[in-house]
Amino acid sequence: MSKYTLQINGQSRNVDVAPDTPLLWVLRDSLELVGTKFGCGVGQCGACTVHLNGVATRSCMTTVSTVGRKQVTTIEGLSTDGSHPLQKAWCELDVAQCGYCQAGQIMAAAALLKENPKPADQEIDDAMTNLCRCATYIRIRAGIKRAAGIPIEGDAMNSMGAVPTVASLQEAVK
Amino acid sequence: MNTPTLSRPVDRRDFLKFSAFAGGGLVLGFYLKSSGSATGAEVVKPVAGAEFKPNAFIRIAPNGVVTIVSKQPEIGQGIKTSLPMIIAEELEVSWKDVVIVQGDLDAAYGSQSAGGSRSTPTNYDEFHKLGATARTMLVQAAAQTWGVPSAECNASGTAIHHAASKRTLGYGELVAKASTLPVPAPADVKLKDPKDFKLLGTRITGVDNPKIVTGQSLFGIDTKLPGMLYAVYEKCPVFGGTVVSANTDQIKTLPGVKDAFIIEGTANTAGLMPGVAIIADSTWAAFSARKQLKVVWDEGKFANDSWDAFTSKAKALSSQAGGSTVLKDGDVDAAFAGAAKVITADYSYPFISHLSIEPQNCTAHYHDGKMEIWAPTQNPAAGNPMITQLLDIPAANITVHMMRAGGGFGRRLSADFIIEAAAIAKRVPAPVKLTWSREDDLHHDQFRAGGFHFLKGGLDANGKLVAWKNHFVTFGSMGVGRGGGAPSLQTKSGGSLDADQFPARFLTNYLAEQSVMECNIPMGPWRAPGNNVFSFVMQGFIDELAHAAGRDPLEFRLDLLSQKKSGNYNADRMTGVVKLAAEKAGWNPKRFPKGQGQGISFHFSHAGYIAMVAEVTVSKDGQLKVDRVVAACDIGAQIVNRSGAENQVQGSVIDGLGTMMFQELNIERGRIVQNNLNDYPMIRINDAPPRVEVHFLSTNYPTTGLGEPAIPPVAPAIGNAIFAATGKRVRQFPLSRTDLRWS
Repeated sequence: MSKYTLQINGQSRNVDVAPDTPLLWVLRDSLELVGTKFGCGVGQCGACTVHLNGVATRSCMTTVSTVGRKQVTTIEGLSTDGSHPLQKAWCELDVAQCGYCQAGQIMAAAALLKENPKPADQEIDDAMTNLCRCATYIRIRAGIKRAAGIPIEGDAMNSMGAVPTVASLQEAVK
Repeated sequence: MNTPTLSRPVDRRDFLKFSAFAGGGLVLGFYLKSSGSATGAEVVKPVAGAEFKPNAFIRIAPNGVVTIVSKQPEIGQGIKTSLPMIIAEELEVSWKDVVIVQGDLDAAYGSQSAGGSRSTPTNYDEFHKLGATARTMLVQAAAQTWGVPSAECNASGTAIHHAASKRTLGYGELVAKASTLPVPAPADVKLKDPKDFKLLGTRITGVDNPKIVTGQSLFGIDTKLPGMLYAVYEKCPVFGGTVVSANTDQIKTLPGVKDAFIIEGTANTAGLMPGVAIIADSTWAAFSARKQLKVVWDEGKFANDSWDAFTSKAKALSSQAGGSTVLKDGDVDAAFAGAAKVITADYSYPFISHLSIEPQNCTAHYHDGKMEIWAPTQNPAAGNPMITQLLDIPAANITVHMMRAGGGFGRRLSADFIIEAAAIAKRVPAPVKLTWSREDDLHHDQFRAGGFHFLKGGLDANGKLVAWKNHFVTFGSMGVGRGGGAPSLQTKSGGSLDADQFPARFLTNYLAEQSVMECNIPMGPWRAPGNNVFSFVMQGFIDELAHAAGRDPLEFRLDLLSQKKSGNYNADRMTGVVKLAAEKAGWNPKRFPKGQGQGISFHFSHAGYIAMVAEVTVSKDGQLKVDRVVAACDIGAQIVNRSGAENQVQGSVIDGLGTMMFQELNIERGRIVQNNLNDYPMIRINDAPPRVEVHFLSTNYPTTGLGEPAIPPVAPAIGNAIFAATGKRVRQFPLSRTDLRWS
């Protein structure tokens, strides 16, 4: 076991874990930040995506000993109140089905929009390599466009505006 | 609890009993959603105060908050939002006033299994009555308070209004009075006219969305209990293998490891399979220790099974007489002898995994003779009989908390991961969370069975289909059937051809036969079981026959649909969606240049009639791009939640495409060859069509579910479009088995 001081969502957090522990499991088991998900353990699915110094990174392939002073941002730290444009767009467009991969999708999309605020369709497809087993890819594309202020073309998405949500649940997030 | 169950129409006596209980002066719990419980489960905590609780599903608090219990497992099908919408509609509550709470497994809720797209149809009518009964009581409470006839009062916006006197009472203000009222007779409860629906048919976003996008504890794998330990469980890679020995003494010395032990298990491949458990103080400590685990297995008698051998055997079986007759109409041999044209084709598909993105997991805590379970499951009661039988814990001492599941697709109808966690927990003096690796999930799924179809079709001189024969070679394992008797080969969900599978009962001469090959590979329902592959086979071969007859594939199908001989298949409903899909897509396959094509298909399953038209581009080097899919769906009279319904169809289209393109498990030496997503690819955003258009055709039939029926028509629509584009016929999954290059 070794002691590490990590910079997580703007706070210093101390952990005592084996040096080869993936950041994913430090977040989930040691720090109880469970929004970052375990999906494959081999860097393929992207459910574990976090930001390291703003760069989308698969935390299941990032051992804790390599993190150092880098700023780690998880879905819990993307905004303080669920108000990031992507979080809002994901709720408004009802992107999720099971929802398990969506924190990783949002983190990947947030890194994309930071680099490229108005991505073209092909740039979205190229950047978004995360797996969604429910295959909500059409709404993932739409969610990114909504957050980026890009008009959403075609099919059923046209008629989807802001729709009611359960107020009490929104309050629960605050 | 004396509460109404949903296995039958709401019983007035149950309401009365419950109402008497609620109104009898007892201080009952007022339930508020706990936004951040320590375990991640949606704990409901009692708060002192009166409430109006007309049934097990509805609680109205004095502050006007309406709590609705979601009884069904939420696996991504959206049921936690859509079923409560039905109650809210009839109850006339504003959606903003509603809190949804996930219920535990509880007999008070009736059946809680989520499978077969049955959650909506089995609850739809009852949920209307539940909401309408409570609304009727609130109307009566207001009318009595004001001293006016109930008929002069109306409900809307979580309040009762008396228009003549311009008075309004909120539901919260009526709680005390309503709790004293007798439950009205069913005849006095009037359901809303569908034309007055305010919620149903609109787009309501998922009730857990805010938690999902902020990463709060929600899923089974997020469960955390005080003092909880972490477990992994290694099973024999060959199905049915048993443990001879393992280096558990060495494993126990590794960092963080608390215990390691062999579980003898049983031969049930959907139950507690033999294996070795490692218990540690973190997930990673358990995963790391597992790398040092050495197990000597007795691999048993299936250790030489291979997909190649099954393929050869299937081919041999196809040319032999025998197997069982699924359906025989007329005389196919005579019809083929007299046919102007006879064509044959072989279709096949491999075993595949569900690959629900949340790996199987379960948390269990054995204490004081009781077993408490936190499980992401589609079938929360499924583990209990095994817990009772194998661990000697009576049913009354088992509690199951239903956690949101990261995908289901049929996988979580099985309870293997639940009984494993419970068996481990029985030996550990702490709560323990079992987490499967992705490799475990891929190696120990309840797989979608592979299969082989050997088809023959006959056309007369006018290009009319006159005979159809299908010899289906499938898989089974030895077991005792439902009827009892001696063990024999049993197929599993989706692994058996049914006598009504289209075009059965639409032809004078039709023969379907089935042969079963023995294996011990666990097999189970995979999203639209059977249908997800049968549609590809039948609609693909129908397309081949249409082209062989020189007829338009749409016209050929509409003609076939007009030829019904017998059975319950509703050809009118199917014709309706076929025509709608063709119209919305602008059916005209001749307008596409070489390399582009349009294909059509239709399929009935799970009470849903669905047709699809696909448009594809195939490059000269054989790369497929699906440009557009148009889906026309008849799932009855009422779409419950339009947002969820569209999402299910769009997701089904892309899931069906991905299954066709990529999914394949190979079997060698009795085990699964693939290990993880790097050798078992799944569809990503870059292969998702840019346009998936969803149209609903409302018909006067009962509303049904939409988790499954939109899957089957996808692959044949795309396969038929590929043929139109290239002249290359896709008869095998995955797509890599077919050379699509053209010049």
